[in-house]
Amino acid sequence: MAASQRILVEIYRKMALIKHNDDRFITMIKAGRLTMPYYSARGQECIPAAISVLLTDKDYITTIYRGVHDMLAKGVPPKLLWAELAGKATGTCKGKGGPMHITHPDSGCMVTTGIVGASMPIACGLGLAAQIRGEDRVVIANFGDGASNIGAFHESLNLAAVWKLPVIFVCQNNLFAEHTTLANGTSVQDIAVRAAGYGIAGITVDGNDPRAVYDTARDAISRARAGAGPTLIEAKTFRFNGHVFGDPGEYIPKDQYAAAVANDPYPRFRDALVAEGLATAAELDEIDTFIEREIDEAVTFAMNSPFPELSELAIDIFATAAA
Amino acid sequence: MSQTLVKPPAKINTVQAINQAIADAMEADPNVIVFGEDVADFEGGGIVKVTQGLSTRFGTSRVRSTPISEMGFVGAAVGASLVGLRPVVEVMLMNFTAVCMDQITNHAAKLRFMSGGQTHVPLVIRTMTGAGFGTGGQHSDFLEAWFCHTPGIKVVAPSNPADAYGLMRAAIADEDPVIFIEHLPTYWVPGPAPEPDHIVPLGKASIVKEGRDVTLIGYSRSVHDIGAAIVPLEKAGISCEVIDLRTISPLDMDTLLASVSKTGRAVIVHEAVRSFGAGAEISARLHERVWKKLKAPVQRVASKDCPVPFSKPLETGFLYGAAEIEAAVRITLETS
Repeated sequence: MAASQRILVEIYRKMALIKHNDDRFITMIKAGRLTMPYYSARGQECIPAAISVLLTDKDYITTIYRGVHDMLAKGVPPKLLWAELAGKATGTCKGKGGPMHITHPDSGCMVTTGIVGASMPIACGLGLAAQIRGEDRVVIANFGDGASNIGAFHESLNLAAVWKLPVIFVCQNNLFAEHTTLANGTSVQDIAVRAAGYGIAGITVDGNDPRAVYDTARDAISRARAGAGPTLIEAKTFRFNGHVFGDPGEYIPKDQYAAAVANDPYPRFRDALVAEGLATAAELDEIDTFIEREIDEAVTFAMNSPFPELSELAIDIFATAAA
Repeated sequence: MSQTLVKPPAKINTVQAINQAIADAMEADPNVIVFGEDVADFEGGGIVKVTQGLSTRFGTSRVRSTPISEMGFVGAAVGASLVGLRPVVEVMLMNFTAVCMDQITNHAAKLRFMSGGQTHVPLVIRTMTGAGFGTGGQHSDFLEAWFCHTPGIKVVAPSNPADAYGLMRAAIADEDPVIFIEHLPTYWVPGPAPEPDHIVPLGKASIVKEGRDVTLIGYSRSVHDIGAAIVPLEKAGISCEVIDLRTISPLDMDTLLASVSKTGRAVIVHEAVRSFGAGAEISARLHERVWKKLKAPVQRVASKDCPVPFSKPLETGFLYGAAEIEAAVRITLETS
């Protein structure tokens, strides 16, 4: 079934949530009020927004250091996220994880890894647990195009295929692996073709088109829920802010960058919703205003929260403190 | 007239002990699962049959042979453990941990801390190793120091079947990741069978033999070698105390400090190569904490700092011998 008007507006809300948070992170970093390595996913918001509307709280995601968009879409509360990124005791992980290691099991965000590719085997294990226990859960394993060249990707696709695990591998192909172009580092133009090597479905989709991402993910999730095993979805997109905050992106051809900005999925989808009569500009403005207020509260909460105590250094190493 | 026979104590070997421990844990807790290369019965029940019979008894959903894919299946074990399963995975040989090191040290060890305690990894990684069978440079290494150097992992290395059973039960019940090192050349050495549901707490060393003059500290294979090496020393009137660490990390410092405070002398023996090994850490801690009670510098006996060689004379020379243990003890006596 195609996405309903209600679903499309919800996808917009999630895209706006990601976009406005990203804007604010950058503002705060530039103002010197937030100190963190920041891997902006600006430009990629459509992908988790359109997938997460198909998930329940029971479903799991795994993601990577460029993963704040995935977490916001899945439902990590902005307050807890902001506090974590500010290194505060009130953060999701008590300030002990930071931007590359957000975990929030309550919303199904089980692992964020700073090691390229490494969350995919873990996603297989989450799927395995669901399979062994007969639970109705799927796992969305998010990663980038660069990760499709590391062994963990290949081992995971094979393992998920052999064991028919309910895992959907979502390659957010933003065309750059750190600073290396897809053509210079990846043997194929469409990463989805690699699925054939593991005997599973592989689909390339326009990652900037919410309806296309939704339709593709819906089918993959249905297959996984039915016990038909994993799917590799390659969602082609673009990242607007380089690899990490401060990266001027000199390796990105100017015409490619300009074309990507002209194709920015956020304003494009907003305009489409209004043009198609699915929402009025005023309704979308109201959503944006609500999000901005929520971010204001999150920033205040994070800035006013205490840093963790030094005693935390000896806590959470093991279940019980070592002698 | 009927004759009353004294029943000899039952003996089992370490392969049987570990098999029994896993089976008993699986029986007690449906969350315990097993996977690794060739571990199911169709594939032979493990390369040395440690997992024999488990898939037949508990089914191939809970006991699975995996592809040769250590990064994949150890990562999957991390993932399954995050949501409450208790995987016991076999990384066939300790050298193969190198290909899944990222999952062990960057993920299993750190996820409790990095998540602020929201998740944890109750995972046991079984792995076998040991020189002596001519398996050369990539199938024989003791690599425990790699894991001991990573906060968040426990490292266990039993020396006998009863401890192997009790430590395995404790490791499976533990809420954190455990590297469980099985010594291949002594797998089939029989020992007294443990009582049912015998538990050996992690982090507790055992005093194998009490003595007054010198403390010999070992684990896994070296406990056997220490036992042999002290025979002539004892005959010469040197009273040796022998400690089997059983758990290498976290170290049972209470037991070590009490013993060395008493004897004033210590010799650490391990099969791993000497440099930057567990022996160095133990030696450093003893010097730091009981310096004034030491009568001589702590000595280390270990394998040579080279890859494990193939050729039999080289392999034998790579390992320490009983003479080296004896010599190390005599050094502690002569320098005091």
